[in-house]
Amino acid sequence: MKPAALTGWRRILRSVLIGLAVIAGIVIYAYGFQATKVNLDEVRSERRQTQLVRILRALAQPDIVVFSQEEVTLSAPFYMPCPPVPPQQRELNPRQPYMLVTPSCIEPGGKVVVEAFHLDPNADATIFLVPNKDVKLRLSSLSTDASGHLRTEVELPERSSETEQAITVVTEQNVGRPRLSRSAIDTWDKIIETVFLALLATTLGTLIAVPLSFLAARNLMKGITITPLGLALSILAAPIGLAVGAWAASRLAGWTMSVSSSPIVSLSGAIVGPGLAWFAARWALPPVETAPPSAPVRWARTGAMLAAAVAAVIGVVCLGQILIQAGSWLETLLPSVSFLGKFVSDLGDIVHLLLTAVLGLATAGLLASLSGRLARLMTEGLPAVALRLSQLAISALAGAVLLALIGAAVDWFYQIKDLRLTLYGPAAVGAVLGMATSLRYGRRDAIPIGLAIYYLSRTIFNGLRAIEALIMAVVFVVWVGIGPFAGVLALSLHSIAAMAKLYSEQVESILPGPLEAITATGATRVQTIIYAVIPQIIPPYISFTMYRWDINVRMSTIIGFAGGGGIGFLLFQNINLLNYRAASVQMLAIAIVVASMDYLSSALRERVV
Amino acid sequence: MLSVRQLTKVYEGGVVALRDVTFDVPRGQFLAIIGLSGSGKSTLLRCINRLVEPTAGQIVWGDLDITAAPQEDLRRIRRRIGMVFQHFNLVHRSSVLTNVLAGRLGYVSPAWSLVNRFPAADVEKAMRQLDRVGIADKARQRADELSGGQQQRVGVARALMQDPEIILADEPVASLDPVLAHSIMQYLEKINDEDGVTVLCSLHFLDLVHRYADRAIALNEGRLVFDGPPKEIDDRRFKEIYGKDAERVG
Repeated sequence: MKPAALTGWRRILRSVLIGLAVIAGIVIYAYGFQATKVNLDEVRSERRQTQLVRILRALAQPDIVVFSQEEVTLSAPFYMPCPPVPPQQRELNPRQPYMLVTPSCIEPGGKVVVEAFHLDPNADATIFLVPNKDVKLRLSSLSTDASGHLRTEVELPERSSETEQAITVVTEQNVGRPRLSRSAIDTWDKIIETVFLALLATTLGTLIAVPLSFLAARNLMKGITITPLGLALSILAAPIGLAVGAWAASRLAGWTMSVSSSPIVSLSGAIVGPGLAWFAARWALPPVETAPPSAPVRWARTGAMLAAAVAAVIGVVCLGQILIQAGSWLETLLPSVSFLGKFVSDLGDIVHLLLTAVLGLATAGLLASLSGRLARLMTEGLPAVALRLSQLAISALAGAVLLALIGAAVDWFYQIKDLRLTLYGPAAVGAVLGMATSLRYGRRDAIPIGLAIYYLSRTIFNGLRAIEALIMAVVFVVWVGIGPFAGVLALSLHSIAAMAKLYSEQVESILPGPLEAITATGATRVQTIIYAVIPQIIPPYISFTMYRWDINVRMSTIIGFAGGGGIGFLLFQNINLLNYRAASVQMLAIAIVVASMDYLSSALRERVV
Repeated sequence: MLSVRQLTKVYEGGVVALRDVTFDVPRGQFLAIIGLSGSGKSTLLRCINRLVEPTAGQIVWGDLDITAAPQEDLRRIRRRIGMVFQHFNLVHRSSVLTNVLAGRLGYVSPAWSLVNRFPAADVEKAMRQLDRVGIADKARQRADELSGGQQQRVGVARALMQDPEIILADEPVASLDPVLAHSIMQYLEKINDEDGVTVLCSLHFLDLVHRYADRAIALNEGRLVFDGPPKEIDDRRFKEIYGKDAERVG
């Protein structure tokens, strides 16, 4: 075949493919129209358009200010039928509101022209016939024009009387200065709530996301490896450490609280505890370490660190107590700013809550690192066969414990209540898997535990991020009740996932050179993070945190739809009540806050970064 | 004495950076490492303090087997080996003083350095080192405000803070102009002469090798192709090291 013919065929094939692609595109969009129920008839329908116009006009007139209203009544004498002696002309002040009825007397059943001047513009007016002071007959309702003028012809009922009757014009007039409407005041309250909701959620999210972001940074985690024995020992040690730490914290806290009921005791505990901890830590951690310490020194230091930890825990519990006591004292002392007292005692409560978690995690980490050291000692000290066997046994145990814990978690969710399925089965499978892993890896092989943690945390963050904060709010509303606190928790959780991912990507994009240089000085991994990573990531972290606050303000405007507090709740309610003028106020407030946040955050970002 | 024996490094993806490299460096020597870009000079230097894990072979320093050292011991080994980099590798947003103090991280207790607390003696020592390289007045400035030559002097001061017995210099002057290059090389020479520090320095320019090095080794595609005094590098050797088409410049 000639090349020319080949290109000719190719050209035809190409045209056919393009044609097919176009047809496929048309089919896809046609199906899209059907799936989204595109309906142009509705767009054109008269009824829909009137409704739309009504809503748009309501939205265009946000219900921000209102006036006090006063009923103004103008009155003119009137005779029906005409009396023998014509009535006298009244004196009229042309500056004040006044009204005229022409003619001023008619035969029953006739028509008169009613005219009124100097009323409020565009005010609703009602015209009455008042035959005597007990009766009031409504003749007509209308509005004054833009200059406050009113003129209409009314038909009078046949109601004749010898005496003087009256025709009155009653208008609702705005009096005094404009003031904020109810919905404007509510909107103000809720928009403040919204901004602070976003602030708290961002703060909480940042505090938790920053340390987690290091776990999800590939360049930091890549090099972390562990021997099979070390991994197995850590898996055993970590849950034990968690339980022991949490138990010790709660026992110690309980004991401290029982002896420190008086403010003096807790105050001195809050001062002496950290002081003792400081001195013990100073002694146990010499500022410069030139040679590896000997065994007795090591034990003494461990003891001192334990004592420091106990002293620190007592100090922290006392600090919490002091804060709670000071908070309630502040509340009674300054009732007008009782939120400050409440804040202080809440801080104390948070300190108590965090203590258990922190101590549990710290003990778990400590035991895990000790188990790494133990693994090394075993590797160096034991004969090969004994090592092989103990590694096999420990790996089997670790696998069994790990899967049994997972089984317990599954049981908690699904309430299986069958020990064979949730305990024995997983434990057996775990033991086999643990042994298989132990046989698969040699005793000096490096298992890339860092990368495993990296993938695990990435997966968790991505999963959490995929769940909208609105949906998280539903769960938290069940837990802590309807209100802004549920919104704070939901937005925090979402912020943690979103920011940890963003932050970790910043960590991954830092310059590798300083990291290499600091590692080369003999710095530990944590020191490397502090000296080479953190200085590099501060500007992007600040910028992302600002951006996240911005996002949280926007999200907190709708989190109220799910009961999460903030302005969304009000907006949702007003839309459901078809109260569009009030809803318009809230939309306006959201727009103003979001726009000014946007401006503020970009201004700050420029300054900091 | 630092002995490198049959060192081989194969990167992930199969690139062989070093093949069976063997040589010894006596204490106090100024050793130049030459070769084309990509010939394995940086990998060789980074294997010595195990910034890069060797695939096979052994590096023995005195009675220490660096290649077999576990992570905890590695900290004690690395802190005695200073390193100077082509791109200086300073932490830009930190002050010059903090960058220099970072050289002590291998010695200070990790717990205290977390809150940026260094012993007063270390701070004093850092100021002395900055004085030695002539930029004591820049101590409080941010590192990225300094010129290239000044930044490399900070890099040298950071390495000196480690009280090193070996300095690994990875093309320390390749990013500098010739005048600055000589001034940095003179610092390294002085450290080598006065403190008896062994220097392993990869270099591009042969005139620098001739002027400063006691001995040179050359790598070509990961193989050791020359080991001897710099003056032995004649035209024939030159072509072996740099390839047939290479021309001598400078």
